[in-house]
Amino acid sequence: MVVELFLDLFSQPCRAVFIFAKKNNIPFELKHVDLLKGEHMTEEFDKVNALRKVPALRDGDFTLAESNAILLYLSRKFKTPDHWYPSDLQKRARVDEYLSWQHTGIRAAGCKVYLSKVLLPLLTGKPFCPEKVERAIEELNVILKQFEEKFLEDKPFIAGSEISLADLVAVVEIMQPVGAGYEIFKPRPKLAEWQGRVEEAIGKELFQEAHKQILNAKSLGVAELVPELREQMACMLQKLIN
Amino acid sequence: MGLELYLDLLSQPCRAIYIFAKKNNISFEFKHVELFKDSVLGRRTPGGNNPEQSHAAQSQSAESGKLNILKKVPALKDGSFTLSESTAILLYLSRKYNTPDHWYPSDIQKRALVDEYLSWHHTNIRANAPKTMWIKLLIPLFTGQPLPSEKLQEVMEGLSASLKQFEEKFLQDKLFVVGSEISLADLVAVVELMQPVGVGCDIFEGRPRLVEWRNRVEEAVGKELFLQAHEMVLNIKELSNIQIDPQLKAQLAPVLMKVLQ
Repeated sequence: MVVELFLDLFSQPCRAVFIFAKKNNIPFELKHVDLLKGEHMTEEFDKVNALRKVPALRDGDFTLAESNAILLYLSRKFKTPDHWYPSDLQKRARVDEYLSWQHTGIRAAGCKVYLSKVLLPLLTGKPFCPEKVERAIEELNVILKQFEEKFLEDKPFIAGSEISLADLVAVVEIMQPVGAGYEIFKPRPKLAEWQGRVEEAIGKELFQEAHKQILNAKSLGVAELVPELREQMACMLQKLIN
Repeated sequence: MGLELYLDLLSQPCRAIYIFAKKNNISFEFKHVELFKDSVLGRRTPGGNNPEQSHAAQSQSAESGKLNILKKVPALKDGSFTLSESTAILLYLSRKYNTPDHWYPSDIQKRALVDEYLSWHHTNIRANAPKTMWIKLLIPLFTGQPLPSEKLQEVMEGLSASLKQFEEKFLQDKLFVVGSEISLADLVAVVELMQPVGVGCDIFEGRPRLVEWRNRVEEAVGKELFLQAHEMVLNIKELSNIQIDPQLKAQLAPVLMKVLQ
């Protein structure tokens, strides 16, 4: 039986898992969990991931949540090329370091921009709050600076001369605020160059396939969300930007 | 120059590393960083100002600058290699010193469960547990103002929700997170949960399964080592008497108030 990946490409960590599996020709069955339809909150999905989040993996009886864990599991099970998670102890540590920091780093900051500018207004039907968006953007600016100075430095990729899981996880997160209309790359040439390298290493076609949905804001709609569920989601997400 | 670990045992991730290194007899130089004096202001950087080694200190401070960009502990220095983030440090140590398999099992599914916990931990248990100390102790200490109890309640509610998920999804009816032996997941979880205990928010009360798990973790780590690592955080009255640099106070107060918004 083939590995099942429960994904919604609207979500950054799902894109990382999708790109990684496709790039490495890992056979999998894509199970689409539509977040904007509340499909992650069904009893059925509960059995796959009690945390009610995507991405999730099912491999026979074994279920797994958290994109970092899923990426590492896939890299080990399918013995993907070394550069994704280098066997060199110090390079590997660099990847671990990034994967750890990013939760409260780029992921948190990028999410806040997207939530405050696009998703919450969509869910609540109210226009976005400019102060909240501005605060989120300020935070993101600080984080991006840290990313460039501490993680990227003057290397082509985070762990050195080749792309790794760190770059993959970073790039999908950075694309989220881009999807919210925030101009990230123009004022940051070093970051733009890095993004270009990552896109090329992944393959432009695959990169664009994965990002088609998030870069097309017009395609978003919550019409199929039951009002209670919509409120529940809005409430939950609101806490993240406070 | 051997392995250096920059730690302040007031910090949860530092305790995880301290316990792990000691338990596995990894020899290291303990570089004490006092969070409220040194690293946050970034004045006395990890690397120290040792006048007897001025040349070494100079070359060290270039590395220290690197170490200090994120201004956080824990940090590791192994020759010219520097590393931050406790997860990365724990994994690096487990690999370099070939620690017993149960800490990070070679079985890929068990290993995945450790990874899963270590990932979830950041935005769940670690999102709220530290705030109990900030709200109850540190912020009043720094700003001179007590805090509204609603803030603490909010944090405790968040923490309760995380603890429920911890018990129901990660622990279930197993002895440890990944089955019958302690792993990095248990270590990282337990040190974080001791923080609220230190400020009188006993999150173990009313959660017998969690208490049993904690006792097993304590025993697996070794009671003496566990208590040694937690001495500071469990003697919090001493903490309220620490002399905080007035400049630091002035700098941090507005930042801390923002943290609570």
